[in-house]
Amino acid sequence: MRARTWKLVGTVVVVAAVGVLIGLYVSKLTTEAGSPSYTVPVKTVNGKPVVDLTIETVAAVGPELSPSHPDFVSYLIRNAQGKWERDTVWHLPAHATVHVTIYNFDGASGLRNSYLARPQGTDGNTYTVDGKTLDVINPDDASHTFAVPAYGLIVALPGVADDAKNQCGYAPCALSMAHRTIQFTFHTGSAGHFRWQCFVPCAAGWLYGFGGPMQTIGYMDGFLNVA
Amino acid sequence: MSATAPTTQPGPNHARRVIVAWIVFSLIATPLVAIFVGPNIPPGNGSDQATQQVFDNTVMVALLTPVICLLLVFFVYALAQFRKQRGGDIVDGPPLREHRMVQLLWIVLTSLTVLFLAGFGTFELLQNGAGGGQGPSPIAVPSGQKLQVQVIAQQWEFTYRYPSYGGLETSQLILPADTLIELHVTSLDVVHSFWAYQLGIKADANPGVDNIAYLKTKGPRTFSVHCAELCGLWHGYMFSQGKVVSSSDFSAWLHQQEALFASVKQYMPAYANAYYPDPQRRAG
Repeated sequence: MRARTWKLVGTVVVVAAVGVLIGLYVSKLTTEAGSPSYTVPVKTVNGKPVVDLTIETVAAVGPELSPSHPDFVSYLIRNAQGKWERDTVWHLPAHATVHVTIYNFDGASGLRNSYLARPQGTDGNTYTVDGKTLDVINPDDASHTFAVPAYGLIVALPGVADDAKNQCGYAPCALSMAHRTIQFTFHTGSAGHFRWQCFVPCAAGWLYGFGGPMQTIGYMDGFLNVA
Repeated sequence: MSATAPTTQPGPNHARRVIVAWIVFSLIATPLVAIFVGPNIPPGNGSDQATQQVFDNTVMVALLTPVICLLLVFFVYALAQFRKQRGGDIVDGPPLREHRMVQLLWIVLTSLTVLFLAGFGTFELLQNGAGGGQGPSPIAVPSGQKLQVQVIAQQWEFTYRYPSYGGLETSQLILPADTLIELHVTSLDVVHSFWAYQLGIKADANPGVDNIAYLKTKGPRTFSVHCAELCGLWHGYMFSQGKVVSSSDFSAWLHQQEALFASVKQYMPAYANAYYPDPQRRAG
C-alpha cells in the first residue's frame, strides 16, 4: 500500500514537472524569440485618438537587434526617441486613426497569391508608394505585406530594385540607403488582440520561404493590442 | 450420528433483474435522448448538410443509449448486489460457465448494430457527400444547378474565387441563400483544412489538389470559418466569418467586389483547379 502511494505521488510529481518544463519552454519561445511590446504614442485630433506608426522592413535584422538570428528578415518599429527596435507587439488605442509609414529596404520576393497585390482595408483602398497613389502593384514586385486579417487590412510593399545602389546590409538601415516609402491610413475598431503578419514567402533559404522568421514571433509578424 | 449435506438456497435471478431494469431504463432514456439531446448536437441547421449531420448524430446517440443503459444498470446492480458485506469475508464468486445463448445473442446483436451503422453511414454519405471533401472526382454528386466557389488556403488566410464571375477573388466568403454550392478547396502552400462549422462543411486543402465538397445553403446567417489542420505558427488565428445572404444582397455584394477587384484582375492567374505559385525566389 505504501509503495503504491509513493508510486502515485511520484507519477504526479513527474507529470507536474514535465508540465512546468513545457510551460517554461513555450514561455521562453514566445518571449525570447519575440520581443517586448511597444506602446505607440497617441495624439488627440478633434477629440479622437490618432497614431503615427513608423516601421521598416529589412532583409537582415543584424546582430545588434537579434544576436541569435542576425540573418532573419524582420520588421522594426521606430520608438518615440527615433530609435529602431525589434518590437512587433504594439499597443494601440481603440477606434483610432492610424497613419502608417513603412520604409522598405528589402528586395522583391513576389506574392504567392496575386490577389493580395491590391491594397485593402486602407482609407480609399489605396496607398502611396514613394509619394504616388496606387491601387495595385505587380505581384512579382512585392517584397512584403503588412496585413491585419481581422481588419481586412492588406498592403503589399514593393521591393527595392535588384540593381539599386547603396542597399542596406544589416539593420538598422539609414534612410540615406535604398528604400521604398509606403504610406497609408487605417482605423482600429473595438478593443481586442489582433495578429498581423507578412504574406510574402520572404524567409530566404527556408522551406517554401515560410520557415525561420515567418514561423517565429517577433520578426515578420506580431500583435496589435487594441485597448 | 449422521452427516447432513449442506443445502443451497436458490438465489435471486440476477440476469432477469438486470434485463428488466435495462429494458425499463432504455425505454425511458432512449426517447428522451433522441428528442432532447440529439437535435442539440452540433453543427446545427445552417445548411442541408448540417441538418443531415444532426439527424445522423441523433440516430447514433439513440442507438448508443441502450448500450450505455446496459452498462450503467449492470454497474449499479453489481455494486449494490455483489459488494462485500461489512465484516464479512471476501468470497470468490461462482465460476463463469459457457452459455451458448448469451454468446449467440451477444454476437448477433453487436453484429447487427455495427452492420446497420455501416449501412446507414454509407447511405447518408452517398446522399450528397455529407459535407465532406470528396477529392477531385466526387462520387456523391447532388443533382441541380451549382454555384462554383473556390476556397484557396495559404499561411494563414483563406481567400475565395468565383469562376462564374470572371474569377473574382475575395477575402470573405459570401454565399447566396437556398443555393447548391460546389466548393473546390485547394492550397497554395502547406496542408490546411477548410471548416465552415455551422454549415457542416469540412474539406482538406492540399497544395495541387482540387478537393470538392457540396453545400446547400438555407436562409441568411453568419458562420465561422476555421482552419482545422495544424498549419504553422498562426494556425490558431486562421479564422474568419462568412455570410449567407439573400440573392439580391449577393448580387449587390458581387458588383461591389468586382469594382474593387478590377485593379488586380490583370495580374491574376487564370482560374484553375489548383495553383503552383511562382516565383518562389527565396524558397529553399
